[in-house]
Amino acid sequence: MFADLLLEGAVTRIEGPLLFAKRAARVGLNSAVEVVGNDGGTRLGRIAALDEQSMVIEVLQSTTGLDLAGTRVRLRPEPLLFGVGPNLLGRIFDSVGRPIDGGPPVSARARMRIEGLAINPSWRALPRDFIETGVSTIDLLNSLVRGQKLPLFSAGGLPHDRLATQIAQRARLRGGKSEEFAVVFAGMGVPHDTAEQFRRAMESSGALGHTVLFLNLADEPGMQRLLTPRYALTAAEYLAFVEGRHVLVVLTDMTNYCEALREVSASHGEIPGRKGYPGYMYSDLAALYERAGCIRGRPGTLTQLPILTMPGDDIGHPIPDLTGYITEGQIVLDRELDRKGIYPPIKVLPSLSRLMDSGIGEGYTDADHPALAHQLFAAYARAMRVRTLASVMGEQGLPDADRKFLEFGARFEEQFVNQAASRTLEESMQSGWDVLRGLPHNELARLSDAQIRKHLEEPAHA
Amino acid sequence: MSEARITWIGGPVLRARMTGSFSVYEAVSVGPRRLLGEVIQLKGEELVAQVYEDTTGLEPGDAVAGSGRALSVKLGPGLLGGIFDGLLRPLTGTDDFQIQAGLGSGAAGRFRFVPQANAGATLETGAILGAVAAAREQLILVPPGVAGRLEWLAAEGEYGEDEVIARLVGENGKTHEVAMRHPWPVRTPRPVRARLPASAPMITGQRILDTLFPVARGGRAALPGGFGTGKTVLQEALAKWCDADVIVYVGCGERGNEMAEVLDEFPQLEDPRTGRPLAERTVIIANTSNMPVAAREASIYTAISVAEYFRDQGLHVALMADSTSRWAEALREVSGRLGELPGEAGYPAYLSSRLAEFYERAARVTTLGGKEGSVTIIGAVSPPAGDFSEPVTLHTKRYVRCFWALDRQRAQARFYPAIHPLLSYSADADALAEWWKHSGGNPDWITQRQRVLSLLEQQAHLERMARIVGRDALPAQQQLKLLCADLVNDGFLRQSSFSKVDRYCSPGRQAAMISVLLAFMDRAEAAVQSGVAPARIAELPVVRQLQRLGEEYGEGDLRKLSQLPHQLDYEFDSLHTVAANVR
Repeated sequence: MFADLLLEGAVTRIEGPLLFAKRAARVGLNSAVEVVGNDGGTRLGRIAALDEQSMVIEVLQSTTGLDLAGTRVRLRPEPLLFGVGPNLLGRIFDSVGRPIDGGPPVSARARMRIEGLAINPSWRALPRDFIETGVSTIDLLNSLVRGQKLPLFSAGGLPHDRLATQIAQRARLRGGKSEEFAVVFAGMGVPHDTAEQFRRAMESSGALGHTVLFLNLADEPGMQRLLTPRYALTAAEYLAFVEGRHVLVVLTDMTNYCEALREVSASHGEIPGRKGYPGYMYSDLAALYERAGCIRGRPGTLTQLPILTMPGDDIGHPIPDLTGYITEGQIVLDRELDRKGIYPPIKVLPSLSRLMDSGIGEGYTDADHPALAHQLFAAYARAMRVRTLASVMGEQGLPDADRKFLEFGARFEEQFVNQAASRTLEESMQSGWDVLRGLPHNELARLSDAQIRKHLEEPAHA
Repeated sequence: MSEARITWIGGPVLRARMTGSFSVYEAVSVGPRRLLGEVIQLKGEELVAQVYEDTTGLEPGDAVAGSGRALSVKLGPGLLGGIFDGLLRPLTGTDDFQIQAGLGSGAAGRFRFVPQANAGATLETGAILGAVAAAREQLILVPPGVAGRLEWLAAEGEYGEDEVIARLVGENGKTHEVAMRHPWPVRTPRPVRARLPASAPMITGQRILDTLFPVARGGRAALPGGFGTGKTVLQEALAKWCDADVIVYVGCGERGNEMAEVLDEFPQLEDPRTGRPLAERTVIIANTSNMPVAAREASIYTAISVAEYFRDQGLHVALMADSTSRWAEALREVSGRLGELPGEAGYPAYLSSRLAEFYERAARVTTLGGKEGSVTIIGAVSPPAGDFSEPVTLHTKRYVRCFWALDRQRAQARFYPAIHPLLSYSADADALAEWWKHSGGNPDWITQRQRVLSLLEQQAHLERMARIVGRDALPAQQQLKLLCADLVNDGFLRQSSFSKVDRYCSPGRQAAMISVLLAFMDRAEAAVQSGVAPARIAELPVVRQLQRLGEEYGEGDLRKLSQLPHQLDYEFDSLHTVAANVR
């Protein structure tokens, strides 16, 4: 191994986040470095490129205040690591894993690479454990399972923080089995009050002792925003796969992360891709999202709930687009529903959970769960089509069946999507059957005759 | 072997000073962990190489060792049923759940070899040497580049994959030693005797594909769709139920959990034709989105080489590539690192020719050994924002014969498979009509297909009109058309991959279903002509059965299904009676 060396006066050029230095000692690619400026501040960095005489150091924090003569570089013999241990829980860290809650440093049981290593696909177990979130549109229509990565596609001003907090507080397996769980919250470029609200919510539900917070606040430099999720996911991997807990990671806001990625890429002079984002953004996001999963033979799981705000409410924007290609579905929030006062304002049609079919139905939730979900989707899609039609030629011009679908659409939004309190899956299903009532039975192609008889023809439950 | 020393390294690309000669695309091993890489440029004293693994820890001065060979994979009987990374290194049998750099190329398996040739015979390339009895029998052939008099052939018994089992002396007197597996440079197509035209379809068990947009054995199909439109579910359904002998499934830059799903499901599912577990006919190549990008670029070539290897044994192979867009992006990323001039949307100018090279490796052929075999490629495309006018979709369209366009609106209504019938096409259909006539048991297939397609075309047109004047204002004939189109969509084109009854649909059941639906259309048209209101027809009990045709009549209910036209006749007859009485 090479030594832990301090180089002085080696820096020859500083260009934005890049430091060019003489290669005065042996060092490997991607090794961690600490750059100490004249101001005494320590900045983390890594070796980005090497040749025989010189090395390029990518400083991962602000380079403001560094000069050529006084900057010292400490070379570490290994890549960036994070010391993790059981007393991570209940703590608050900054974006590079330093405690900011005034408590003592974490006594590290293991030091893990923050970049993580790819999970071997043949070691993965198929996620199957249904998580009840209490939200009908998620539980019944877009079920979340353990080990899944399911993002919230939101937009400025929508209640995504409230929804994420609610899910983090409630997300449990059905049947109330109490198991070892943990919540990791990674705030990237979040305002102080969002972070504080989340902390307080977890405190009030008594879960703060199971929560780890990583905070990169809105007023901190963008550069280290790229490190926040990596430290958070390293902690989560430790809690899940070493300690065997069921970990839910809330990553907010991925849009700020991607903006930082674009900024850094531009300062490196890379050829920009779509809308100026780097061409490798897909791979970079995948390196974060793919850290979710279940491993065969290990008790813990890592579930991700990333939140992103769609720039200009555009789902085709590169950030939601690339995210959607990597994650296992998405929950889309909608401004129109929000304006109607519907909470949670989940836009059902573009929302999707890919792993749903392996976690619901006979033996998992309810035998009729898949058919009911499909029928609600199909009926609501038709209702939406009719609604467009009605806006052109008025309700009077509609055939009778279409009018019934129009009424169904309104009922679905007001009674099923809208919910004042959280519901169990059974309550969600009951609500689903209730709103279907009133539609002509011969239009319900996704339900079998037996299902129609059982749930729609017998008198409604009180 | 030649050697070089690293002079510069950044990310997965390195430059090294050579001692000895290297060739372009030669495989190299880099540094103390012997990471796999490939030479991509040579200039003067220096070579440029890309490394297929995480380069953390490498430094100038580290050794780069040449292999004297282009990037190759070992093809042999141990492949079936396995899961490999993009360079065909087995992912099973590791101790750690995370992938460490420097993965081994896999120990040779042992197989029971049964000789089927006689010493002294003169064997051409591709001739049969023997067979191995693994989970399914596989042939061992004289590999490409080898031919001559068989000097010696091993006796029946168990051998390692790399042990010599035959010795041939070529015409020039050179002795070739042959083992059960042999290396093959992935970027080179394996030789064949002749390419054959399309003649038989690859039956996929998906109604919308087999009946409307069939792909021929040896054909090429593209499956474009935005995220969430069901590309992967459809690819998996095809891998499960299509009637190929061997499936090569390459997950190229896709999700790890999807690979887990395949690994979880395939051993439990049975091949409907052989009754054996599906896993036994499948080779999985997994290069998930978080595995190194350079290996993603190679994984497509690895997969097609594996597919050709099985084709050469006289088998019909289907290659599912999910997704070719990720592969193109890997090309773009590597090209960007090399500082090449970017073309459209940043992709290198050679994107189109690379796509052509890949898709052209699909074919129905006569193998060197004189058998018929085929490789069918089904490539998923992931266009950004679901926009089919982006470069990868456009260029792919130039080289495929089937285009199965996935539609977001259908997917959002959970109408699967969400293939849009008006945007999709199949150029193979006419060539396959003969097969349906003689082997498929449906001589009317080509006319039935045409009727369904034109009905769907009319539906789009009529719906545009109904939006302006209202559905009720349309003439009765046209209202009926819309009703029939809805029935075809619901009862025939919709097919759930998760339904045990309906996930697979045999050609016989497809033919019976479409015949019932068309019979309904004929009777209904006649009824409307004699003055029955379309609304009355919509209320017939049989309509509800037709809506759920796929779900209600499984493979075992073909007899019940053949009774349905009688019920149809009965209900229409009673319509007329009632109408007459009223009059």
